[in-house]
Amino acid sequence: MSVQAIARRTDSTVAIHPAWVRVTHWINALAILVMIGSGWQIYNASPLFSFVFPRGIALGQWLGGALLWHFAAMWLLVINGLIYVALGFITGRFRRKLWPIEPREVLADAKAALTFKLSHDDLAHYNAVQKLLYTGVLLAGVSLVLSGLAIWKPVQFQELTALFGGYDFARYVHFAAMAAIVGFLVVHVSLALVVPKSLRAMIAGK
Amino acid sequence: MARIRKIIPGVDSKLLIKDAAKLMPEASRRGFLRGAASLGALAFLTGCDIIDGDSAEGVLRKVSEFNDGAQAALFSRAKLAPAFPESAITRPFPFNAYYGEDEAPVVDGASFKLEVAGRVDNKKPWTLDELHALPEVSQITRHVCVEGWSAIGSWQGTSLADFLKRIGADTRAKYVWFKCAEGYTNTIDMATALHPQTQMSFKFDNQILPRAYGFPMKIRIPTKLGFKNPKYVVAMEVTNTDKSGYWENQGYNWFSGL
Repeated sequence: MSVQAIARRTDSTVAIHPAWVRVTHWINALAILVMIGSGWQIYNASPLFSFVFPRGIALGQWLGGALLWHFAAMWLLVINGLIYVALGFITGRFRRKLWPIEPREVLADAKAALTFKLSHDDLAHYNAVQKLLYTGVLLAGVSLVLSGLAIWKPVQFQELTALFGGYDFARYVHFAAMAAIVGFLVVHVSLALVVPKSLRAMIAGK
Repeated sequence: MARIRKIIPGVDSKLLIKDAAKLMPEASRRGFLRGAASLGALAFLTGCDIIDGDSAEGVLRKVSEFNDGAQAALFSRAKLAPAFPESAITRPFPFNAYYGEDEAPVVDGASFKLEVAGRVDNKKPWTLDELHALPEVSQITRHVCVEGWSAIGSWQGTSLADFLKRIGADTRAKYVWFKCAEGYTNTIDMATALHPQTQMSFKFDNQILPRAYGFPMKIRIPTKLGFKNPKYVVAMEVTNTDKSGYWENQGYNWFSGL
């Protein structure tokens, strides 16, 4: 039996999600909520589009408060995110759980999901739609952090800012990455509530 | 510092009083940590109410101070802000302040004298003619506002680093503090003061600074957010004491580097 196979077996018999996944997941949930809430308040100071976020759902009361929250939660998000991504590669979890993503399976599973025929018997195994969404949200997260750095440090990290099409365009990228993550969150949280045992697995591990 | 507090020549005292009233933070800015739906979620997740109190604000300010250090470490005096062609200049370049354009200070150039104080050998005040006679440098760079918007402007003036050398400033001191005609204040780190693009600007787009852009002198720092680029500057002090500044006192990050 290969190391991966043993790891897979240990994973599924002992815990659906190992402790490091659960801990980093909830720290990330906290960090991302603070980042999004404060980010909306920051957006309101100079909106990119013809709308602002209602003050009631924005964090920080005013721009200065929101910036304090944003640049504090930033450390939590990035340090926790780096640990998660490093362990995801080192333990082989990304490769096992998220790879490969077959377009045909995505279509079949999406159809099954929309007709409420998708099986959730084995929470340790991700269906193709989950694989696609989880990989997508990881990439959105990476874009979010990098575009954020490009906006924060357009002189010190000017090469990165240029990569995002300059300071002004990087703001749109940052907004789009946020919107993608919020879209993911709506689906993710709804489905976790529809399948409560998935929520229990992310808290208790089983 | 008493010599700076005396009536500054060329400053409209009525405007000074009017603006002093605006220095009070808005009531809504106090307790800015409270009352938001996403905070409800946060309290739910953490199982405790860490948000509603001075402790949270204290922690956030500590992290902001930590971020000052992190940004100072990231800052490189050799790293220049990107320069742009003349065609990229934002026209009209926006006026921005915590007051309206018609309330901007009116400084009389003829009687203006830049006060120089603190850890410098030569504290002789500078007339505008003397300042204009200094070697001219020029830059077309991006002004980035803390609010998020940006605009590209063209500034001409003299290098602050050269000026500090000229007046025999102790460049091992930690800070340079600026005072403006309307009472606005600002402190910057010495590393930024010595950055080759940090400029004492007397012109915008090759024209003497109009009132809106900070006549008679603006400190142009393309490596810092807009609010760290004071206008209507009437005094500067080289010091080891952080005297902070108008917006920093209300919670904006002190270093605010780009």
